[in-house]
Amino acid sequence: MKRLKPLEFGAEPMLIEIGPSHPATHGINRLSTLIDGEVVVGMDVEMGFLHRGFEKESENSTYVQVVPYTDRLNYVSPLLNNLAYSMTVEKLFGLEVPRRAQYARVIMGEVTRVCDHLTCNGAMAMEFGAMTVFLWFIKAREYLWELLDEVTGARLTVNWTRFGGNANDLPDGFLTMLEERLKKVEDVLTEGEKMLFKNKIFIDRLKGIGIIPRERAIELGFTGPMLRATGEPYDVRRAEPYLVYDELDFEIPVGETGDCWDRFLVRNEEMRQSIHIVRQAADKLPPGDYINRQRNAWIPDKSEVYGSIEGLIDHFKIIMEGSTPPPGEVYHAIEGGNGELGFYLVSDGTGKPYKCRLRPPCLNYVAALPEMTIGHYVGDIVPIFGSINMIAGELER
Amino acid sequence: METKQAENTTQPQEIPKLTALVLEKFPGRVTARHTCLGDETITIPREGMLEVFAFLRDDKHCRFNLMVDLTAVDYLGLRETRFELVVHLKSLALGHRLRVKIPVPAEDPSVDSLINLWGAVDWYERECFDMYGLIFKNHPNLKRLILYDSFVGHPLRKDYPIHLQQPRVTLRPVRERYDYMCRVMKDPSETEQPPL
Amino acid sequence: MKPIMGQGEFVTTRLDSLINWSRKYSLFQYPFVTACCGMEYMASNASHYDQSRFGAEIPRFSPRQADVLWVVGTINHKIAPVLLRVYEQMAHPKWVISFGACASSGGFYQNYSVVQGIDRLIPVDVYIAGCPPRPEAVLDGIVALQNLIAERGPTGTSGKNPRQTKEVLTLSRQ
Repeated sequence: MKRLKPLEFGAEPMLIEIGPSHPATHGINRLSTLIDGEVVVGMDVEMGFLHRGFEKESENSTYVQVVPYTDRLNYVSPLLNNLAYSMTVEKLFGLEVPRRAQYARVIMGEVTRVCDHLTCNGAMAMEFGAMTVFLWFIKAREYLWELLDEVTGARLTVNWTRFGGNANDLPDGFLTMLEERLKKVEDVLTEGEKMLFKNKIFIDRLKGIGIIPRERAIELGFTGPMLRATGEPYDVRRAEPYLVYDELDFEIPVGETGDCWDRFLVRNEEMRQSIHIVRQAADKLPPGDYINRQRNAWIPDKSEVYGSIEGLIDHFKIIMEGSTPPPGEVYHAIEGGNGELGFYLVSDGTGKPYKCRLRPPCLNYVAALPEMTIGHYVGDIVPIFGSINMIAGELER
Repeated sequence: METKQAENTTQPQEIPKLTALVLEKFPGRVTARHTCLGDETITIPREGMLEVFAFLRDDKHCRFNLMVDLTAVDYLGLRETRFELVVHLKSLALGHRLRVKIPVPAEDPSVDSLINLWGAVDWYERECFDMYGLIFKNHPNLKRLILYDSFVGHPLRKDYPIHLQQPRVTLRPVRERYDYMCRVMKDPSETEQPPL
Repeated sequence: MKPIMGQGEFVTTRLDSLINWSRKYSLFQYPFVTACCGMEYMASNASHYDQSRFGAEIPRFSPRQADVLWVVGTINHKIAPVLLRVYEQMAHPKWVISFGACASSGGFYQNYSVVQGIDRLIPVDVYIAGCPPRPEAVLDGIVALQNLIAERGPTGTSGKNPRQTKEVLTLSRQ
């Protein structure tokens, strides 16, 4: 936060609070802004209005009971959070996930990444008054949510990954449904691009606003689309490939200046790349099992539970006490919708995690918000805040 | 909990590269290390930790320029030193990761702040203070980040019961908040908690 | 139709029902959106599950101009006084919809920071259950609110008290 500039007219700057309940649909933050005329000269961000005690709750729940809590963290792309947590626990166990389950996870993960960027870009457009584009993107998101509904049973809070694989297999007819919906989503993206990319007002409101140069971004701990917009090509899917990303072919869009326009473009192109990834993975989907039922990690198949005494005992122990990984600590990160989404788990050998920590990608962006906004106009606060894609569930856990 | 290996006994496996660099530059500083599950981890004491971190950031074989995460763990009753500060680092240029752990005793829960090395730790340290009560010396404004000013206690400590709800808060008069914000805007190192 | 205003003469009763009819089909909302339920709120407002065919479309981001306070998402102790202030700033008649499990009862968060239901703070008219509720459930809730308005009239929530609950454990009783 910078200090006050000496004022020319000797008038006192005005303090306004863009208070906790404001219409930008990303979440609740209090931005106390000091403005001199129309120029922002000071800003203080206060957060914590959605703190729900995720870490404390997860210390009181068994390992699998934490998975629904992770759904609600980054609630625009819930399956990516499930993925990150389950992969961390699988790393702790040393579990091997079957290839079909890995491909299914990649497909559904990229579908939720598209949902995340659709929501972010759509909400950003809406906050400028481009309400039509918002409605189009939400319509596209509905197509994908119907797909998620078919596969997992829920539109938003999917709770789909288990330790060793997924909760259920992809249903019959999934691939045809997927292809027709991807086609519709691509059409909507093209329409949105036609509407916005040559629109002078939209571009002027975003270009040159909220610039963070590359070195400063790395110093501030940026990852994800915000860092890629500054020119640094860091993507966890390429740097440390997990699941089957090393077998798939995709590009990483990288920006130049690190302003809001670059971030918008990076997210837009990432959506197209995600659709490309999904198509490749759908082509290469192998047959096989959808979960690796290791005995101390997840419950056995129902035929064994009702058929043998060992299966019954295992089922009972896992449901009542929880899966028991070996003691140790682990950190694993995936590329979430917002950046590097990492989980740090400490296990003491019992069925409940000793510590379960989420590394929130948007904490760094919101901490840098004053730096990005000071010097710009009041009307630029909304684009900058929208381009951050701050999701309060992830920021404040 | 994790296997502690002293550095002067004969090892069946060789010392990993980053740990070897740190051991070479600061002999005797690394009190424990392991590479369980592929994560390279070292434990250093909190005295002189700033030198080790500066070396990790600047040395051309380490080059840890991205501060990934800074958090703490409360080992109440399980270990002698109660808290442990855990720092995750990543190098974007060379691609490796490292975890550094620093034990912090409960009687004097203070460590040096890493704010001059990585600007990203500002809010991470505030959150650690908020949730665990660890005090970071030389941090410019160590205030609560997530919880509010009339909250008593540090919730992620193991002796804070989960269902304990605090009394309801009421909003203060607007003038109080206005005066506080004007003070903060003039002097950002104001450490008093903001009134809700 | 029970007479609510006046002495129950024919004209007043018919006027009542006319006013209620006009109120229920033009609800201005104040969406107090906090968490994941906001996504389903946006979905139920958008073109697929259109809310505006029930008259309840326009979000008015000023409490003075709104009728219905939609509390969407988890309310914790830090935002609770803000919610109370927004509710008090709304003009009579006002109604409150508690959207989602977290707003109705705290959801599956029972810890130091989440208020176990907004009816400990403000009186609530309609509870929409779900985590998050499907848009069909949201539309059902709107219809239930409309029926309530048609029945009960302009009293809104001002005749009701919030659920009186004893404050949970204080720090001395650990």
